Amino acid sequence: MQKVRRVISVIVMNESSVLARVTSLFAGRGYNIDSLTVAPIPGSELSHITIVTKGSNKVIEQIIKQLHKLIPTLKVIEHEEMVEKEMVLIKFPIDENLSDIAALCSAYNGGIVNVGVDMVIAMASDEPVRIRHFIEAAQRYSPCEVVRGGVVAIER
Amino acid sequence: MQMSGAQMVCEALIAEGVKTVFGYPGGAIMNVYDEIYKQDGFEHILNRHEQASVHAADGYARSTGEVGVAMVTSGPGFTNAVTGLATAYMDSIPMVVISGQVPLSLIGTDGFQEIDAVGISRPCTKHNYLVKSVKELPGILKEAFYIARSGRPGPVLVDIPKDITAEMGEFEYPKEISIPTYKPNYKGNERQIKKAADAIKKAKKPLLYIGGGAVLSDASELIRELAKKTEIPAVETLMARGVMGAKNPLLLGMLGMHGNYASNMAMSETDLVISLGARFDDRVTGKLSEFAKYADVIHVDIDPANIGKLVDVDYPIVGDISTVVQKLLLALEDVNTDNYRAWREILNRYDELHPQSYQDSDEVLKPQWVIERIGELLGEEAIITSDVGQHQMWAAQHYPFDRPRQWINSGGLGTMGFGLPAALGAKRGNPDKTVINITGDGSILMNVQELVTASEYRIPVINVILNNHFLGMVRQWQTFFYDKRYSETDLSYQPNFKALAEACGGIGFDVTTKAEFDAALKEAIEQEKVCFMNVAINRLENVLPMVPSGGALYNMLLEHKDQ
Repeated sequence: MQKVRRVISVIVMNESSVLARVTSLFAGRGYNIDSLTVAPIPGSELSHITIVTKGSNKVIEQIIKQLHKLIPTLKVIEHEEMVEKEMVLIKFPIDENLSDIAALCSAYNGGIVNVGVDMVIAMASDEPVRIRHFIEAAQRYSPCEVVRGGVVAIER
Repeated sequence: MQMSGAQMVCEALIAEGVKTVFGYPGGAIMNVYDEIYKQDGFEHILNRHEQASVHAADGYARSTGEVGVAMVTSGPGFTNAVTGLATAYMDSIPMVVISGQVPLSLIGTDGFQEIDAVGISRPCTKHNYLVKSVKELPGILKEAFYIARSGRPGPVLVDIPKDITAEMGEFEYPKEISIPTYKPNYKGNERQIKKAADAIKKAKKPLLYIGGGAVLSDASELIRELAKKTEIPAVETLMARGVMGAKNPLLLGMLGMHGNYASNMAMSETDLVISLGARFDDRVTGKLSEFAKYADVIHVDIDPANIGKLVDVDYPIVGDISTVVQKLLLALEDVNTDNYRAWREILNRYDELHPQSYQDSDEVLKPQWVIERIGELLGEEAIITSDVGQHQMWAAQHYPFDRPRQWINSGGLGTMGFGLPAALGAKRGNPDKTVINITGDGSILMNVQELVTASEYRIPVINVILNNHFLGMVRQWQTFFYDKRYSETDLSYQPNFKALAEACGGIGFDVTTKAEFDAALKEAIEQEKVCFMNVAINRLENVLPMVPSGGALYNMLLEHKDQ
């Protein structure tokens, strides 16, 4: 069956082991997690979990229902029309061409955010597909370390 | 009112109306046991293994409809309880298990008898809690009972560190509870119900497919009324035996891997499946692509995740079976039962062609005869529990179950060792009923220590051991599918079951003939002691019909040359 990519937002009570409930559901039932981010929702007792997953439509439907079944889950939002953003941090050697790196970052809503003795750290934040392009483009400047932040999404 | 966490546990159990707790003490739960010693609001049954405590609470819950309660200590006490939790989880049984835990300050240090109970039990509980402060304890206990019994029922674990049971706090047990993130839907969508009723009226070959949810929802009376009004034939799953009643002319029997011919053919040829609290388990459907392939599907279930999980559904209805069937009855006021007459006649012919039957013998006792005999002698009066294997299937096929909650077995997880402790729980919850555990010579040894519990508390359950000196169901598969290579299934070496029962304070009988069986059962009932009836049956008897694993439901083995 055709696998589709889906971004699912889960609004849960911000309580201990809630993240474990969500992730062990995926592990136990053999679902994929491509990326997962979680943070408290300001001014509430809730947390917002954003999961990017792949599966057939039947599997996606089950994932959503099973997530909903967890007692601390308030809401599961799955929508084709989500605004998605992701952030990435990349460490480059300081002797690379810094102005080129800075120009590249600014094309992806980022810039150089830290300069050390041997290294600079650059940041970009953009749609997940564009972040992948950014990482590819960054390869020519010998990146030492790449840390992706995972997708966050909000309904349009 | 100020009290310790341990007192809070007892007060909460009393407030919930708990009459019997099954359990086993140990270091981390001792504070609670100290309070149990001082109170007289409920009784405590000391099983001889934690697994048995949880199964006993489970049997109590299944037979009474109340929430079963078990109590265990941390570490090995808890891990022993896991099989019991998983058994209850798979069959959606309402249960609260309270476990001790090492003190908060020791959690995470690999302390003595420390294990991550909430981590281990996450996939086999409906919900679980690690209590982090005495302040939250009353609320958590209230939630635990509420979650266990509401919506799709299930077991809930409350893991309580030892220092919290010692700590003093304010106890006020909440009267009402509302969990904003948990709102089960009981009602069923009116428009969907209307559409389903219209589909039923248009169908030519509709079939009621009744599952364990009908028992949990206490929907038996309503479903019988639905069948009577519409004259639509019905099949039951293993978990639904008793819902329609054995004498009901509209009941075809049990469907699935060991279902009877008419039931499986009905499912294969129906044009409208009306699923009431069933979940299309692989042991029921056989090969999915061939299952009910000419049918539209109405699926009524309280758990939305069950709907569309395995089979595409045309009329999904999320709701409580009783509530939905009530509304269906109203919507079917003008149903024309003649529409289904031709269909009923076809199915009756199927049943005449291959009725559920067996070849009786004068030389050796047949397990099917034993079960039918118990049915003749005790009928609706008895509660029948079982373990897992051939005896379980024979019991499901041949006992005349007449009411829901009469048949208690581990359907989803298939737990050997369930029967005896579950029988203890069922008998404690129904002291006026005769409780018979139909078991095998393999299964009975898996919780045999409960003979002692039964003797100590004078719980006279009768264990009918259908003894073929084999791990029979595995042996049957080896006969059919593994060229008779009987790998590790020969149980010829076995204890003296009669002496074993007697050594534990019970009574025992060795039975080899029909006359001996009748005499032994009569005496067992009169003596009111826990009993082993060691019944020597035909060694190579098979459970038939059988749909080979993964095969289509209509491809049944109806006989086997080794029979």
